[in-house]
Amino acid sequence: MKWWQRLWRRGKLESDLEKELRFHLDQHAADLIARGASPEDARREARRALGGPEQVKDACRDARGTRWLEELAQDSRYTLRMLRQRPGFTAVALATLALGIGAATVMFTIVDGVLLKPLPYPDPDRLVLLQEQTDWSTRSGNLWGFAYPNFTDCRDAVHSLEMAAWRYSGGIVEQPGEPGYIDGLEVTANLFSIFGVAPYRGRAFLPEDDRPGAPPVAIVSYEMWHRRFAADPSALGRQIELNGNAYTIVGIAPRGFRVLDDRIDIFTPLAQDTAPFMQNRHNHSLRAIARLRPGATLAQARAELSLVGRRLAAQYPVANLGRTFIADPLRPPVEDVQGTLWLLLGAVALVLLIACANIAGLLLARAVSRERELAMRAALGAGRGRLIRQCLTESAVLAVAGGALGVLLAAAGLRPFLAFWPGDLPRAQEIAIDWRVLLFAVALSLGAGLLFGLAPALRVPAGGLARAIHAGARAVGGRARLHGAFVVSEVALAVVLLVSAGILGRTLLRLASLDPGLNVHNLLTARAALAPATLADPARIRTAWDDILDRARHIPGVQAAAIVDTVPLREGNNRIAYRTSAAPVPPDRQRIVSATCVTPDYLRVTGIPLRSGRFFTSHDRLGGEPVAVIDEVMAREAFGNENPIGKYVWIDLGADPRRVIGVVGHVRHWGAADDSASMVRAQLYYPLAQVPDNLLRRWSELMSIAVRTGSDPLAVVEPLRRAVRGTGGDQVIYEIRTMEDLFRGSLAMQRFLMLLFATFAALALLLASIGLYGVLAYVTNRRVPEFGVRVALGATSGDIMRLVLWQSLAMLAGGIGIGLAGALFAAHLLEKLVAGMRANEPATFGLMVAVLAAATLAASILPARRAAGVDPMQALRAE
Amino acid sequence: MQAKAELPQGTLDLLILKIAALGPVHGYAIAQRLQQVSRDVVQVPQGSLYPALHRLENRGLLAADWKQTETGREAKFYRLTRKGRARLEEESASWRRLAEAVGLILALSEGGSQ
Repeated sequence: MKWWQRLWRRGKLESDLEKELRFHLDQHAADLIARGASPEDARREARRALGGPEQVKDACRDARGTRWLEELAQDSRYTLRMLRQRPGFTAVALATLALGIGAATVMFTIVDGVLLKPLPYPDPDRLVLLQEQTDWSTRSGNLWGFAYPNFTDCRDAVHSLEMAAWRYSGGIVEQPGEPGYIDGLEVTANLFSIFGVAPYRGRAFLPEDDRPGAPPVAIVSYEMWHRRFAADPSALGRQIELNGNAYTIVGIAPRGFRVLDDRIDIFTPLAQDTAPFMQNRHNHSLRAIARLRPGATLAQARAELSLVGRRLAAQYPVANLGRTFIADPLRPPVEDVQGTLWLLLGAVALVLLIACANIAGLLLARAVSRERELAMRAALGAGRGRLIRQCLTESAVLAVAGGALGVLLAAAGLRPFLAFWPGDLPRAQEIAIDWRVLLFAVALSLGAGLLFGLAPALRVPAGGLARAIHAGARAVGGRARLHGAFVVSEVALAVVLLVSAGILGRTLLRLASLDPGLNVHNLLTARAALAPATLADPARIRTAWDDILDRARHIPGVQAAAIVDTVPLREGNNRIAYRTSAAPVPPDRQRIVSATCVTPDYLRVTGIPLRSGRFFTSHDRLGGEPVAVIDEVMAREAFGNENPIGKYVWIDLGADPRRVIGVVGHVRHWGAADDSASMVRAQLYYPLAQVPDNLLRRWSELMSIAVRTGSDPLAVVEPLRRAVRGTGGDQVIYEIRTMEDLFRGSLAMQRFLMLLFATFAALALLLASIGLYGVLAYVTNRRVPEFGVRVALGATSGDIMRLVLWQSLAMLAGGIGIGLAGALFAAHLLEKLVAGMRANEPATFGLMVAVLAAATLAASILPARRAAGVDPMQALRAE
Repeated sequence: MQAKAELPQGTLDLLILKIAALGPVHGYAIAQRLQQVSRDVVQVPQGSLYPALHRLENRGLLAADWKQTETGREAKFYRLTRKGRARLEEESASWRRLAEAVGLILALSEGGSQ
């Protein structure tokens, strides 16, 4: 019989056992009677010899090996009965646990999807990232993208790798559908096969596509196929017009396909690009990855790459001296959110710990009141192990039920939470509740159950049963200490969360009140793209921008309009080196400025204050004297206390130096929080009209339009769209944002974290107060006889109240002390992870501790008053 | 009166298997036979007899059937399975080797090496 059969046929086994033992006893007695004993003596002797039928039965049940399961079922039934009898306790415990485990599960699901899961391609551990590395550094480090000639040389020489590369392109799609901007990549033919994915429809690129002069072909994303072609299968073979060139669609990428988390709408063959950079070893604009060929190792690949690096350095010393190529395992691009995610996981872990401490306190109080019952059961023959197991079963049942509720909560709350996340969370599409998450939740629940079940379970009386039964009501000291430990840890954890929330809130307030350096109200920005035909001719480009500005200015409600390349507080910047003398400076000592290309009305549009000199006018044109306007930061950095007006700066934009004609206020270009900490704060403006013809096309591909309005800026979106579209109907605006929106967005992460921490802290405060109240109420109750004696001996009710409050103060003080140490640590962590944070905020620390002390003291007033109202006669009689 | 010897650990199973090898037998008879055969030297704690029987049955060394005794009552008769027989041979061989070795050591003459 298998063990489960034995379990199933328990009733039969029991009756068989009974029958077998009765046979034994009868037989023995019969033998004794035959030898002359009286029937009574014989029966007694037979029982004695067997040694107690119940014990023997028990030992036989043990021999079945299913004992633990039977007891587990029994204990679970018992537990469920107990929990039903105390619905209030059960509801509080389950809700607490469900919240704690639910929150932890949501955070783990996100951490798992974003940080822990491998890349969503087949055999992700065979993928490597390739970069160029120099033995000298610029301000942005010593790692570079690939130059196309370097890439092809490596590809031909390195046999352990199959290499692919891409370059961001994108542009305006005119046909079919409305003209609009899309993100695109120029890729080597093997990109899809290296990622290990096949097109959804049609074919991937072939090596013959990836050649100069080959017929132009394109692969479009599944999403764009739906958007622009209504998922029509006949889209294959049709033409799509991108930046004025017609491409034949040969394939549709798989649904949701991303290139390292970038959503791309169109792919075109890289080698078909005839732009000069393709032959230029100085232009490092390619991203390169590779897949290790079967049998090859990363070490082999690295050795081969560095060999090629040395050869190319000797062959092309101007471009490649001190330059080599490196390979690293390809990882998801998640550095930005890594810290935040771990921080949040840590915070929910604290909440869960508080929840556990709280439930442990509740269970412990109950375990103590059940001590007599347990002692009785021990006296009746239950082993200590058995009683401990029973206590643990209780907490396990609670934990598993709470965990199940928590997982349901997590499943319901995951998507809303992700929607609440500020900005784009990388790999968000890979976040899902799967078996890993369920395993985590189960482990977490059981761990939590053990955590809050162990202390009550270990209180099961070991020896001295009689003493436990007798002692009953009196020995309070030890228990109070254990209870105190739970309250202290709850308070400590609550302090950590409260202080974190407090300093996040302070930071947010401080940052939000910072002057961004421009007037963020009634300011609309949008990226603008000219028609491809226009871009071919510099003269037409200039006319086009002038026309657009002219039309925009005439929109009712628009007060001023300007063209600008990098809009403050939005992604994108142009950092270039500058000098204040003609002599060249080595790369590692260069000063960097973020340069912005604008039209004359820019100050009127943005409200940036002019400090001295003048801003650009329509007379600052090509052919006239090159001019620049700098901000206060650059004025100080470049010229110290001297007057910068009339001085010259050299930047990589034409050979001539630029004369500084004005100084303007500093703009928090990098966001309210990040600007102070950014590496490059100096700012320089130059007129669009002075961009040389040979650069104008490239510049004009990245322009934005900004307009100042009299009222709600969003009201002019449609007129602006029409104004930009132009006579050809082929100029578009996209990424339309108000400056208010951008400014708020630059603090979104701080606001998000503050809201979360505030929620956690409120929860922690509530739990700690409930915990303290519960423990005090319990301990006070146990001390009623003692209070009775004290009152009988002359203590006033005030004395008794003070006694109880002192007890709660002692626990509070302990918790706050430990909590402050933890909070300091947390604050430094936050300072590192959150831009603009300051850990050193004594006022906030103090305020938060005061809040906590007030809340918890309020929770202890009620038990203290009850204690103070003790009637000595009644208390003593109860003894 | 000679003191009754405690049964060494683990030997009860061996003795039960041996007795069951002689033919189907119920628990009481096993207890009786153990006492008789050992001439009352071995004191079988009857309390541990039944757990041992059930353990051996669950391990498949013994099989049990309910049969009528001579007196007409139903009793649970244990018999040796093939697996039980193999175990019995193995265990008795090792027991004999052990007993022999212990005997040899005890036979050493005292007071000097040979």
